[in-house]
Amino acid sequence: MNARRLLLTGLMLAFSFIGGAAWAQESYHESIEIGLNADRITITSGFRGTNLTIFGALDGADPQLAREGRYDVIVVLQGPPQTLIVRRKTRILGMWINVQSKSFRNVPASYTEASTRAPQDITSPKTYRELALGPDYIYLEPVIKNDPEEVKEFTKALRTLKKTSALYSVNAGGVEFLSSTLFRATLPLPPDIPVGTHIARAYLFRSGQFVMQKSAQLEIVKSDFERSVYETAHDHSFYYGVFCVLLAMGIGWGGRFVFRRD
Amino acid sequence: MGIYLPIAEISANIIVLLAMGGAVGFLSGMLGIGGGFLITPLLIFYNIPPAIAVATGANQVVAASFTGALAHFKRGTLDIKLGMVLLVGGILGSGLGVYVYAILRHLGLLDLLVSLLYVFLLGAVGTLMLIESARTLRRAKGGISPELRRPGQHNWIHKLPLKMRFRTSKLFVSVIPVLGLGAIIGLLASILGVGGSFIMVPAMIYLLKVPTKVVVGTSLFQVVFVSAFNTVVHAMANQTVDVMLGLLLMIGSVAGAQYGARVGQKLRGEQLRGLLALLVLAVAIRLALDLFVRPTDLFSLYLPEAS
Repeated sequence: MNARRLLLTGLMLAFSFIGGAAWAQESYHESIEIGLNADRITITSGFRGTNLTIFGALDGADPQLAREGRYDVIVVLQGPPQTLIVRRKTRILGMWINVQSKSFRNVPASYTEASTRAPQDITSPKTYRELALGPDYIYLEPVIKNDPEEVKEFTKALRTLKKTSALYSVNAGGVEFLSSTLFRATLPLPPDIPVGTHIARAYLFRSGQFVMQKSAQLEIVKSDFERSVYETAHDHSFYYGVFCVLLAMGIGWGGRFVFRRD
Repeated sequence: MGIYLPIAEISANIIVLLAMGGAVGFLSGMLGIGGGFLITPLLIFYNIPPAIAVATGANQVVAASFTGALAHFKRGTLDIKLGMVLLVGGILGSGLGVYVYAILRHLGLLDLLVSLLYVFLLGAVGTLMLIESARTLRRAKGGISPELRRPGQHNWIHKLPLKMRFRTSKLFVSVIPVLGLGAIIGLLASILGVGGSFIMVPAMIYLLKVPTKVVVGTSLFQVVFVSAFNTVVHAMANQTVDVMLGLLLMIGSVAGAQYGARVGQKLRGEQLRGLLALLVLAVAIRLALDLFVRPTDLFSLYLPEAS
């Protein structure tokens, strides 16, 4: 009876000690903030892609760990969600024809990631999967969920195709610490970056452990001229079509004077 | 030099677009084809979304064919009367084609049928033209250029009633085969989504026996209307005509078409037919390769169709 009580007290002591040690480590409440130098990017007629710079601050960091470079930051810019169809060709009577297809909902139209180091050096695939972080781990939701084998195959193809077209990209080393607290992320946006509401997210890791994330919104919009062309094409489609035909005829007629060769 | 395309929502190179338009316009002015079956694959290859490539291609073809038709009209190598009759037939055929298109799409056979039809038509037309023009070229070596039509040559087409005189084409035939030809081509064109001049040109040459030079101008005349109609339809149904993209292609193609029309004028009929045959065959082979050779990537991405 006594022995048991002693053991219990001993265990409690031991636990409180471990707890205390853990508490000592937790006394550093790291947090990050990010700031965009503009909350909108305007696409003008000369747009050919751009480097988006996001500045951020790391507060409450353990100076010891910071010196050892144990803090990692991953910054992503995720484009507006879209529905996408993935088709697969199959050989039928010697001809390659699109037969199977799978639709996915809420697929980010673009996904640009920058990180302090190569992603596989920061944390484990398991953590990435839990956070749905990175072109290989973001969750892609199939519209019809049956046949998990096929879904897996089509999901993989979707990621590969998006990466090939540069809409999904990873810029390892794109996040740099300018001082022990200030960091800068450089995200190379492709020329065909979709317009709409984008979300910038920053993830903080300490020694491979996820600590916290912060997000901010960014609007990518067309400039006035581009937007009014788009709106006219949608709101007054008949007149827009007729205008295009008349423009073509006007150029065809005018071209006779400029380039006449008879 | 880049430019952002407001409808396609991507940025493209101005020089590349001008050059593409120029190359297709040159062939268009020379051979009397609209070039829709050339510009659309080129644009898709350049990463323009397919729906926008098809619609804006049609818009570009309006400019190229209009300028080419004007050039031929000035030279008197455009048979407006023949063009009008073909056009009436074409409109009837197109109307039927839209209906057939909807049925095929409902049956889920559209993609395959369109691919097969393309390969078969282009392959057959190209091969026949190539054989004929090569034979004519060989025979004409050193001698004068023989016309396809020899005096006193008549076939069953000439026995049909409702005869009409087409002065520019030096033709006196029944309107039935002319209307019928226009209708069949209109039907095929609306299923394939192109102007159909690559079938129209050889059909006029070999079936109606219209002189090659008049064929080029008359075909362009008809293409102006078909592609203008297609442009407005695409603009209304899908909002896929990109005016900036179209503008650059047009400028290139109008310049190209003027030079093309001049070069075409210097070539003999059988040389023109031979060139068109080679071009048509090249496109057929490319499409056949797409269909029969294992693609490097079996997967591809599509946006759901706007409806």
